[in-house]
Amino acid sequence: MSQTMRKTMGKTMETHVQLDPHWKGILECSAIEVFGMMANAELGVMAEQPEQPQGEQTAMVGLAGALCGMITIRCNKETAQKLATQMLGEDAKSNRSMVGDALGELCNMVAGNFKSKITSLADHCMLSVPTVIWGEDYVMQTVQPNSGFQIALACEGLPVWFSLVTHS
Amino acid sequence: MSKLRVLIVDDSSVMRKIVERSLRQAGLDLGEVLEAGNGAEALAEVNKGRFDLILSDINMPAMDGLEFLKNLAKVESAKGTPVVMITTEGSEARVVEALSVGAKGYIRKPFTPEQVKERVTPLLGGGQ
Repeated sequence: MSQTMRKTMGKTMETHVQLDPHWKGILECSAIEVFGMMANAELGVMAEQPEQPQGEQTAMVGLAGALCGMITIRCNKETAQKLATQMLGEDAKSNRSMVGDALGELCNMVAGNFKSKITSLADHCMLSVPTVIWGEDYVMQTVQPNSGFQIALACEGLPVWFSLVTHS
Repeated sequence: MSKLRVLIVDDSSVMRKIVERSLRQAGLDLGEVLEAGNGAEALAEVNKGRFDLILSDINMPAMDGLEFLKNLAKVESAKGTPVVMITTEGSEARVVEALSVGAKGYIRKPFTPEQVKERVTPLLGGGQ
């Protein structure tokens, strides 16, 4: 472990930041920026907010330090394929691994962009490498007590779900 | 000017591809583009041949971007090769440290091809 990392970890153990309701707007803003710049995909408001997150592709990035929890992105296979194609080229469409990795990298960048916009997290919160889940039949359970929020944004009319769950 | 020989260093294969794609979309005249998954692999490539430009992530396993920069400074043939750091971090301290140990610039994710061009072009020896 590098000296810098040890210093960073030392700092993160000093304070624990509580989830702030204003972060919903910051996560939304981060998602719009990352999807627009890295995948040339415009995210907008859903005409009608779907009740439950759905979709066969989920990417997640863990948070540790001042804030412990997870940021996830969930969407259907077609949306994930389209995003991967726009990020990596046509070859990605038929390559399952590239599609998953692309969504994972988007999640990593959304999480990084999100924390960099919050002073109390920027230098005090670390990200895990992304994990990708294929399939819809799962339930994610976070250790109690926890709190969080989720947002659905439209990508060409289809929902992409962003969530932040924190262990409080 | 001859085509650029570029080394892209990142533990994410997707990010390496995105960076290469951005360089091409930015209109840089790329020749050979090599990839490395961490600083140690990058050093091995640098010892094999000279590059016109190196783009490197900061957080990587095995050898991170800062250690890579420190080791790169000891490689005689790499003197003068511009290194641009690419990072997701909100950590100013790590960026400042990278600049103090030899990086010539940095690009923060997310980025557009235009931003890549803006950061990289001034570091190249004319013609790009």
